[in-house]
Amino acid sequence: MIKFLVKRIATAIVQIFVVTTIVFFALQMMPGDPVLLMLSRDGSAVDQEAYDALEAELGLDQPVMTQYTNWLTDLVHGDLGTSYGENRPVTEAIGDRIPRTLELAAVSLVLACIIGIPLGILSAVRRGGFLDLGLTLLSSLGNSVPVFVLGYVLVLVFSLNMKLLPSSGYVPVARGLDNHIQRLILPAVALALGVAASILRMTRSSMLESLGSESVRPLRAKGLSKGKVYGKHVMRNMLIPVVTIIGLQLGSLIAGTVLCEAVFNWPGIATLLVDAINNRDYPLIQGCMLILSAIFILTNMVVDLLYGFLDPRAR
Amino acid sequence: MSVFKQCLRNKKFLISIVILVPLLFVALFGSLMISHDPLEIIATQTLQLPSAEYPMGTDEYGRCIACRLIIGLQPTMIVAFGGALIAMAAGTLLGLLAGYTRDSIGNAIMRVVDIILCFPSILLAMLVVGLWGSGVVNLVVVVGILYTPHFCRIAYSSTRKLRKVEYVESQQLLGAGTMRILLKTLLPNIVSSLIIQFSLTVSSGILLESGLSFLGLGVLPPAPSWGQMIGDARAYIATNGQYMFWPSLFLCLTILSTNLMGDALRDVLDPKLKKSF
Repeated sequence: MIKFLVKRIATAIVQIFVVTTIVFFALQMMPGDPVLLMLSRDGSAVDQEAYDALEAELGLDQPVMTQYTNWLTDLVHGDLGTSYGENRPVTEAIGDRIPRTLELAAVSLVLACIIGIPLGILSAVRRGGFLDLGLTLLSSLGNSVPVFVLGYVLVLVFSLNMKLLPSSGYVPVARGLDNHIQRLILPAVALALGVAASILRMTRSSMLESLGSESVRPLRAKGLSKGKVYGKHVMRNMLIPVVTIIGLQLGSLIAGTVLCEAVFNWPGIATLLVDAINNRDYPLIQGCMLILSAIFILTNMVVDLLYGFLDPRAR
Repeated sequence: MSVFKQCLRNKKFLISIVILVPLLFVALFGSLMISHDPLEIIATQTLQLPSAEYPMGTDEYGRCIACRLIIGLQPTMIVAFGGALIAMAAGTLLGLLAGYTRDSIGNAIMRVVDIILCFPSILLAMLVVGLWGSGVVNLVVVVGILYTPHFCRIAYSSTRKLRKVEYVESQQLLGAGTMRILLKTLLPNIVSSLIIQFSLTVSSGILLESGLSFLGLGVLPPAPSWGQMIGDARAYIATNGQYMFWPSLFLCLTILSTNLMGDALRDVLDPKLKKSF
C-alpha cells in the first residue's frame, strides 16, 4: 500500500510539472503582443520608450528559457505573477474566485451522489419494472441535455415563471446566508443532474452485476435476510465501480462548471479564465489553467488512492 | 445472426437512426433547403414570432432562425465527425505501434499521449482555441487531439495482449512487414471497440463544440452554430422563449441520438458486456 501511495503521488507531481511546462510554452506561441495590447488599450499610439519600459518591467525582454526558470522559481514561492488586466497578483485574483467554483462543484457532486446512488439502487432492485424503465429513460435524457440548456430550462421554470429563485448572480455568505443559498440552488442542480444520470447508470449496472455474482447468490440460499445481503454484501461490491465513475465524472464536472458559471453569472474561476483569454492576459491564463489542471490531477489521484484502498487488486 | 440484423432488432439503434439520418441529410444538403440567407440582417423584422415565411421566427438581427439552424448543423457535424476520425486514425495507429514495438518505446509513446489526459478536456480546448483562434478547422484539430488517447489506449492494450499469440508469430515467420501485421492481423481484433469509442467521441465532440460556441470561443460569428445561437438567445429568454427553444431542442435530440447509437452499438458489438440497459 505504501509503495502504491508513493508511486501515485509521484505520478501526480510529475503530471503537474508537465502541465506547468506545457501551459508556459503554449502561451509563448500565442499570437498577439500583450505589451502592445496593454499600451494601446486607450486607443493612443504606442511610443517606443514606454514599450521598452513596460516590456522590461514585465520581464518579456528576457530569453524564453530565463522567463521559464524565473516563472518556475516564482511558482515554487507561490507567486504566479501579476495580472495585466486586473492589475493585481494572479494568486489574489484566483484566490477570490476559486472557493466559489469549488463550492459549486462540491455541492453539485454531493447532490449528484444523493440523487444518483439511491435511484440507481432502486432501479436495480426493481429491475424490469415501470420504475426501472422510467429512471432509465430519465438518465438517458439527463446524459443528453447539455448543462447550459438545462440551466436555462431551470431559469425559465423556477425563476421566470414560478418566481421562486433568483435567476443568476452571487451573494457572499457575509451578506446573508439565505440569499447565498438561494443563488446557489439553480446552478448546483443544473450541474448535478447530468452527473447524477451517469452515477445512476453505473450504480444500477454495478448493483445488478453484484446481485448476480456467485458470491452473493449463495448468501440468500443459506438463509440470510434480504436486507442483510443487500446492505452488507452487495453494497460493498458495487461501491468500487461507483467510486470510479465519480472520479471519471470530475472532468465533465469541471467542463460543466465552466459552462454553468457562464449561464448563471457565477463569478468563479471559469468566468475569470474566459475573460483572461479574451483579454490575452498571459499570467492570468497561466494561473487559471494551472490551478484547474492541478485540482483535476489531484482529485484524480485521490480517487485512484481510494480505489486502491477499496480494491487491493488495483494497487 | 449478422451484426446488421442484430442492429435492426435493437430499439435504441432504430430510434437513433430515425433521428440521425435526417440530421446527417440536413448537414450534407442543408444549403439547398434554405429559402433565406442565414446571414442577411434585416433590421425591420427582428425577433419575430413564427410565421408562414419564417417557420421558427427571426433572431435579434432579423435573420431566419430555421435557416440558421439548418446551416448551423454543418460546423457541429464537421467538428464532431472530423475530430473523431482524426482521433481514431491517430490514436489507433499510435496505440498499435506502441503495443507492438519494444516496451521502452511503447511506454514512452503512451506516457506522451497520457499528457493530454492531465488536462480537463474543455480547458485544453479553451487553451488551444485561445492560442490559434477559434474556427471550424481549429476545432476539428482540437477534438482530434483531445480524444486521441482514448483510441490509443484501446489499441495499445489489445495489441499488448495479442502480439505474442500464435497467429501473429506465424505472420512474422512468414516475413510479413510490421505495417501488414498491424493493419491486417491486429487491427481487426479491435474494430468493434473502435466503433463504439467512435460513437462516444462524436457525442462528446458535439457537446464540446456547442459548449465552446456557447462561450463565444467556437464557431466565429456571423456563421451560425447551435451552441452559439443558444448563447445569443439567452438575452431574450424572457421575452422571446421560442428563439432559445429551437436550437436547444435540436441540440438535445442530436446528442441523445448519438448517445443511443453508442449504447446500441455496445449491446450489439460487445457481447462480453451485459446490456447497458
